[in-house]
Amino acid sequence: MAKKDKNFSRRDFLKTSGIATGALIGGGIIGGLIGANTNQQDTASPTSTGTSEESMGAAGGVRGLVFFGNNAEFEILNQATERIFPEDDLGPGAIGLKVAYFIDQQLAGSYGENSKEYMQAPFYEGEPTQGYQSRLKRNEMFRQGIQLMQQEAQSRFNANFVDIEGEQMDEILTAFQEGEIQMRGVDSQFFFRLLRQATLEGVYADPIYGGNANMGGWRMKDFPGHQAAYINEIESEDFVEIEPQSLGMHD
Amino acid sequence: MVTTLDSVDVVTVGVGWTGGIIAAECAKEGLKVVGLERGRERGTEDFSIVHDEYRYAVRYELMQDLSRETITFRNNRRQRALPMRQLGSFLLGEGLGGAGTHWNGQTWRFLPYDLQIKTITDEKYGANKLPAEYTIQDWGITYDELEPYFDRFEKTAGISGEDKNPFWGKRSSAYPTPPMKKTPILQRFETATSNLGLSPFMVPSANLSEAYENPDGQQINACQYCGFCERFGCEYGAKTSPEITVVPAARETGNYEVKFNANVVEVMKEGDRVTGVRYFDTVTFEEFIQPANVVVLTSYVMNNAKLLMVSEIGQQYDPETGQGSLGKNYAYQILPGATGFFDEQMNTFMGAGALGMTVDDFNGDSFEHGDLDFIHGASLSITQTGSRPILANSTPPDTPSWGAEFKRASIENFTRTLNVGGQGASMPHKENFLALNGTYKDIYGVPLLELTYNFTDQDRALHNYITERAGEIMQEMGAKTVVTRNPITDYDIVPYQTTHNTGGTVMGADQATSVVNNFLQHWDAENLFVVGAGNFAHNGGYNPTGTVGALAYRCAEGVIRYSREGGSLV
Ligand SMILES: Cc1cc2nc3c(=O)[nH]c(=O)nc-3n(C[C@H](O)[C@H](O)[C@H](O)COP(=O)(O)OP(=O)(O)OC[C@H]3O[C@@H](n4cnc5c(N)ncnc54)[C@H](O)[C@@H]3O)c2cc1C
Ligand code: SF4
Repeated sequence: MAKKDKNFSRRDFLKTSGIATGALIGGGIIGGLIGANTNQQDTASPTSTGTSEESMGAAGGVRGLVFFGNNAEFEILNQATERIFPEDDLGPGAIGLKVAYFIDQQLAGSYGENSKEYMQAPFYEGEPTQGYQSRLKRNEMFRQGIQLMQQEAQSRFNANFVDIEGEQMDEILTAFQEGEIQMRGVDSQFFFRLLRQATLEGVYADPIYGGNANMGGWRMKDFPGHQAAYINEIESEDFVEIEPQSLGMHD
Repeated sequence: MVTTLDSVDVVTVGVGWTGGIIAAECAKEGLKVVGLERGRERGTEDFSIVHDEYRYAVRYELMQDLSRETITFRNNRRQRALPMRQLGSFLLGEGLGGAGTHWNGQTWRFLPYDLQIKTITDEKYGANKLPAEYTIQDWGITYDELEPYFDRFEKTAGISGEDKNPFWGKRSSAYPTPPMKKTPILQRFETATSNLGLSPFMVPSANLSEAYENPDGQQINACQYCGFCERFGCEYGAKTSPEITVVPAARETGNYEVKFNANVVEVMKEGDRVTGVRYFDTVTFEEFIQPANVVVLTSYVMNNAKLLMVSEIGQQYDPETGQGSLGKNYAYQILPGATGFFDEQMNTFMGAGALGMTVDDFNGDSFEHGDLDFIHGASLSITQTGSRPILANSTPPDTPSWGAEFKRASIENFTRTLNVGGQGASMPHKENFLALNGTYKDIYGVPLLELTYNFTDQDRALHNYITERAGEIMQEMGAKTVVTRNPITDYDIVPYQTTHNTGGTVMGADQATSVVNNFLQHWDAENLFVVGAGNFAHNGGYNPTGTVGALAYRCAEGVIRYSREGGSLV
């Protein structure tokens, strides 16, 4: 097996990643158009431009909590997700992308309530190959996990989670990841996986869900989001850079 | 109180590909058909905002609601079976079109070898090539007998393809539409496999390369390569699905009605005939009996087996004695493969569900197995389905799974990662089977199905061998780093693998070892038919639906003949 090689050119990467590109161009949804001319420039609507964070995602730029009733809990989540997906020279991290707002909204809905999962008793601990067997709903896991992060910060560092150093947060998160934190009704490894996955979902889901602010997650990855079609570009030998577009970018 | 409805000629349970094909063929012949579908009505107009990875691909918007019904699972008989509480390994369908709404559209014909696997293996390698616990058997039908039905399905679906594979069975006619676009990523695979002396060809696709009108007069549009195909419905009506082909064809006859929110819980039986089905309205929980002259189970592998079990039709398989056929020969697939990390950026986010190229040089019996400790093999493909950012976070080995280093590597590689993957044929084993669970029930009070399954030595050997081949191809494709898949140990129901479940209601020529005959007619009840990948006696190296579609056309012929003449069809 070949050895990994980290020598990619960061300049090339930044150049093509779209981070430094100019104004955002909105476009109406043209799904349903058969054989539409899919050249982005032709279908873009010049009226719906906007570059500010506030104009994306949550309606009218308003943000608020719908699951957490306590700002302290929300702040812990904010910091924890930032450790998982930190801001760096590539672009924003979880906080900048509003990931915790995304998770808050998800926890209040069918995701948090496990409404599409089989939740009937009896509950038995199974083999790992049998998957998730907890009677806890996801929002209960998050609430408990966040409380335990705070407890760990207090007992390890005698401080609030949000006030400790990044490396200290990492130490606590790693303890969760390794299954070392005693949780009730679920093991901490499972909770950590859920937290990590929810963070990535908040980074990369369409901004209509309240995360991925300004489509910043997509920009870093060069993912153009919702595009009607690639029939005209898919044979291109070169990498094609396309301004991303959200499902929410229509009148 | 149970309400008994007016009797019809044919009732089907579930309206996916199988239910739709039976309905269209029977309704065209003047039979009155009712399709009972537990999900809701849906169609192309519902997919105008479908380019949403989170809702459709991550939260499974179009798939089965497990809060109502799931299956239970254990790796072996010593374990306690527990419910699959959230979808993972496979994604079960629900709603009009079933899984045919959100499939990829790779449309294969199983190999002539597949249908006579036992005979050919014994002839070529002797009777002891596999230990006796592998319960391989012929399907009771040959490729040549099934060929007209394959042809039929491909014409209905308008499949785009090219007949360039030296290893597959003879075709009576060309593909109805030309292959899809051969993108630079596919060309890379083509060049590499050609250099290695292999025979690449375009994947036969139900994402159509051009607009097409099928023999029923239904229009299928041209694929726009939108990159949101697998797990999504097509907003262009370009991915062939039951609800844009066979369902409207059936409805246009005036002889077909679909009842939605109708969850069937029992097949009614009197002596050696079935009389209809009992179902719940999923909204009101009212109970109904739908009497019918013919009952066709078209509710997918899992539910077809379950309905026979709860209705006590046929003999349940017992792994202790080897007796009984119902639930026997369940098989899954194994996914050998290799990932390549490249220097240059590629348009990995563009694509279509069945856009790909394949080599069959290591599938079926196209290579010599004399010195190998397994039979069969895998098709090896590259597919460009459209990478999406939540679920595509490949990183080279030794990258941490979170934090700054993870962020950098996952972003860097999003447009620089390609996969060559195999669909490994899985051979049935006496310890892998379906039964009813004694503890857990669905929301209607009916026991859940129980899956007992693990990978076998045959699977592991095949996986190792094919993974090496995949690694060689990826190397030849010029990847900077090639990572081959880890050897498989125990089957794990958590990560998505493939929705290619087979067996449990196996077809065959012999009543002792099969549930249905080769018209998919039940051996114990002549007016009961069971159709789906559950009929497969083992799993092959391809996606199942081309073969399922062929079997559904075969079954429809059987239902029509039975309706006119009665009696056993074989
Ligand atoms: C993501 C994904 C990708 C796939 N890609 C491919 C591919 O590229 N190529 C390929 O060949 N195959 C593919 N498949 C598999 C393919 O979708 C299935 O083989 C095919 O759709 C099966 O058709 P069916 O009619 O047997 O069952 P289904 O499509 O599952 O239809 C069964 C229907 O029965 C209904 N039903 C079930 N139980 C009941 C009940 N008790 N009462 C009433 N109704 C009931 C369900 O709601 C469903 O609508 C894919 C599957 C998935 C999930
Ligand atoms: S890739 Fe093609 S067939 Fe698939 S959903 Fe998009 S347009 Fe439809």
